[in-house]
Amino acid sequence: MNAQNINKPDTHTLPRHLRRLEAESIEIMRDVVAEFKKPVMLYSIGKDSSVMLHLAVKAFYPAKLPFPLMHVDTTWKFREMIAFRDETAKRLGVDLIVHINQDGVARGVNPIASGSSLHTQVMKTDALKQALDLHGFDAAFGGARRDEEKSRAKERIFSFRQAGHVWDPRNQRPELWNLFNTRIRQGETMRVFAMSNWTELDVWEYIMLEKIPVVPLYFARPRPVVERGGTLIMVDDDRLPLQPNEKPQMKKIRFRTLGCYPLSGAIESNATTIEEIVAEMQVATVSERQGRLIDTDEAASMEKKKREGYF
Amino acid sequence: MDTDAIKGLGTAEKDQLRFITCGSVDDGKSTLIGRLLHDSKMIYEDQMQALARDSVKHGTTGNDIDFALLVDGLEAEREQGITIDVAYRFFNTPRRSFMVADTPGHEQYTRNMATGASNAQLAVILIDARKGVLVQTKRHSFICSLLGIRHVVVAVNKIDLVDYRKEVFDRIVGDYVAFASTLGFTSIVPIPMSARYGDNIINRSGNTDWYHGPCLMDYLESIDIESEMQGLPFRFPVQWVNRPNLDFRGYAGTVASGHIAVGDEIVVAASGRNSRVKRIATYDGDLAQAEAGDAVTITLADEIDIGRGDILARPTERPEVADQFAAHLIWMDQEAMVPGRSYAFRIGTQSIATGSVTHIKHKIDVNTREHLAATTLGLNEIGFCNVATALPVSFDAYEVNRRTGSFIMIDRYTNRTVGAGLITFPLRRATNIAWQPLSVGKAERAELKHQKPCILWFTGLSGAGKSTIANIVDQKLFAMSRHTMLLDGDNVRHGLNRDLGFTEADRVENIRRVGEVAKLIMDAGLIAICSFISPYRAERDMVRGLVEEGEFIEVFVDTPIEECVRRDPKGLYSKAKSGKIKNFTGIDAPYEAPTGPEIHLKTIAQQPAQLADDVVKALIERGVIAAI
Repeated sequence: MNAQNINKPDTHTLPRHLRRLEAESIEIMRDVVAEFKKPVMLYSIGKDSSVMLHLAVKAFYPAKLPFPLMHVDTTWKFREMIAFRDETAKRLGVDLIVHINQDGVARGVNPIASGSSLHTQVMKTDALKQALDLHGFDAAFGGARRDEEKSRAKERIFSFRQAGHVWDPRNQRPELWNLFNTRIRQGETMRVFAMSNWTELDVWEYIMLEKIPVVPLYFARPRPVVERGGTLIMVDDDRLPLQPNEKPQMKKIRFRTLGCYPLSGAIESNATTIEEIVAEMQVATVSERQGRLIDTDEAASMEKKKREGYF
Repeated sequence: MDTDAIKGLGTAEKDQLRFITCGSVDDGKSTLIGRLLHDSKMIYEDQMQALARDSVKHGTTGNDIDFALLVDGLEAEREQGITIDVAYRFFNTPRRSFMVADTPGHEQYTRNMATGASNAQLAVILIDARKGVLVQTKRHSFICSLLGIRHVVVAVNKIDLVDYRKEVFDRIVGDYVAFASTLGFTSIVPIPMSARYGDNIINRSGNTDWYHGPCLMDYLESIDIESEMQGLPFRFPVQWVNRPNLDFRGYAGTVASGHIAVGDEIVVAASGRNSRVKRIATYDGDLAQAEAGDAVTITLADEIDIGRGDILARPTERPEVADQFAAHLIWMDQEAMVPGRSYAFRIGTQSIATGSVTHIKHKIDVNTREHLAATTLGLNEIGFCNVATALPVSFDAYEVNRRTGSFIMIDRYTNRTVGAGLITFPLRRATNIAWQPLSVGKAERAELKHQKPCILWFTGLSGAGKSTIANIVDQKLFAMSRHTMLLDGDNVRHGLNRDLGFTEADRVENIRRVGEVAKLIMDAGLIAICSFISPYRAERDMVRGLVEEGEFIEVFVDTPIEECVRRDPKGLYSKAKSGKIKNFTGIDAPYEAPTGPEIHLKTIAQQPAQLADDVVKALIERGVIAAI
């Protein structure tokens, strides 16, 4: 219990809109724990996951988290992300499951040779489905927000998945008041987006006020990058094949969203504190998902991925 | 930390407004939302570029940017040019953060609008200045009013297309206020605007210099959504019992309304047990007081039995506790609601496994608000109904408290959310008819008869052989000196159920009555043999639910429809096929075969006597009767 109190803020000074969002997320999490047999929290290491985990600790205080965290590892995450993940689990004393699609690894699927689309399908979507089936989880928390992307805007908070984890956007349950329909049959599952109504700005503001630790990659620092088609890709290890004319350069960069490093575009920035990140956001001209190469594969690509069972 | 230096970040006073926009297909609703997002700088360059691309491909505005495309999310609806579901949008100003529920104006309107309105504090109702107040406007306003929205902005849109004329605006406002006077809105604020060109959205427009009210954004930023929930009696629906160790037993939940302080007396609504608040625990430290909206964990001075679904209240201000109440019901499923059929309910944090609508007092025409007679409730229909639940529930009237007065209904088989309810008042009948305790019970009676009473329920198509087999079983049991009673589908329709026909609603009631009679027979210690087509799984399971586990024995008399048609012992199939009989099971009404019957009889190439023997054997195996 004590381990969970280390980051306890000294004062309670949240603005009302954040208090309301916080309470709403806590209420959703408690409903899941009360109604499902075996929930899990999908932990992607990013800023939204950091907030989601913080909210969960609050929701069940003084009890320990009544569910494990699970990270679906594509083996291509930034090294700093993996270090942060392990440190966080240790600091909070929570159970962490790491799942890798070994079949995909054996087949040599990777973001560079296989392309982002196949890599995402095999190492993220298939891996997630594998992991949920393997452990028999009947509900999985995700940190997705409605403001991220158009097809997310219509997603339910309790997103029902048929057997096989398929999402049918035309067959979603109406969701009224705070009365969530948690009933499922054998083999069916629920994805629960407890932070549906948060915006990117809310997330950063909350991180700042609650002093929540996040991966250092969000803050600007000189890092080795190459420029490809207008996108800055960080050379995180020697697996990234360089073109003959390419030479990694040190640039002061940071990331707005984190994923597989060859698929995450960096931005040049001087923001080294959350205050400066938020200030930069105020004048930003592109959305956060723009840095994600996997969303632009094809038209309506997020919706397509979601139908197949992507988060 | 100097947070004030950061532009856009809120002060401690920054709050959130959740609102809904309502309008018909061409009123410019999506355009308005797109405009709000764009003008409050919530749209990034990459999104604008995607929008410009999409505008050329799907847009309806020529070379202009089509803001509607910003908010029409799913692939299918972009192609069809309609919004098929509720979408949520967000934008921020330094004073407030906004969440907008965007709901479609076409045929699914009632279901989607009700969903969007359920969490909204304000509604922006769009009216096309060229068309004025339409039937749709009235429908949207009524649904907003029913769902408890008290603040309305009447957005008279496309004012540019009527040359910004004041008299057009004045006439529409006059019409609106006249009809909305009975809807119980606290405030109605009309604003002339053009979503397409931005008049009176973010800034006051020079084109309407005759208008002296606020522009839309100013109004949304400043309207005082006084915290209505704070002033109400304290309600705390318990979500989860937090018991990490023997020293801590806390009740986790969100304060639905009112406030509570450490030391205050509370009562558990359903059980009437009292205690006092010992601690209000949160991760950020204990609180002296909690108010509506706070997610906390409460511990009490006394160890009393409390679980998920209980409501804590002050002893002087208790919620209603009843198992029958009147409610408005919004039906949201393709399959109609039939009174008597059982559904699962969720009321606050209370889950009730079974309950049903006992009576539809009337349904309401959403366009005219006229009351109409109804026997069932179809998709998107709204009815005023009596509801009965298997267990008493704690609640308030929806009009007073949206958090404790609402419920949803769930299909027990598909688990779809099929209905949304708004409780009006409790019905006292249940409390006035108490159970009379009986000294001689089922067990004693059964003991005397040397048998285990049960309901032996034969189901199957007409002509399947149910009555024939049931009759032989009855004879065999009688010969074994067992005490039985046979209820036959045709026979009860001559007396007990002679007022019922063959519609879905009447079939449900038919089985409900038979189930209750069978239960009485069983209580007398008898084996109740019932032979009924009973085509719906829901009703058979309703009877199963009336008695204890193992007492309901379902016998599926499984004869293919072709064989039943061939046999046609009563000539009914030929009548049904020629249209002389309506709603005939297997012809123009469905038969839902049992998925796991206790006894499954396949009749093809079998003799009824043999099948009856099989049933008797199964009863011996189940210990219902002893072997002779």
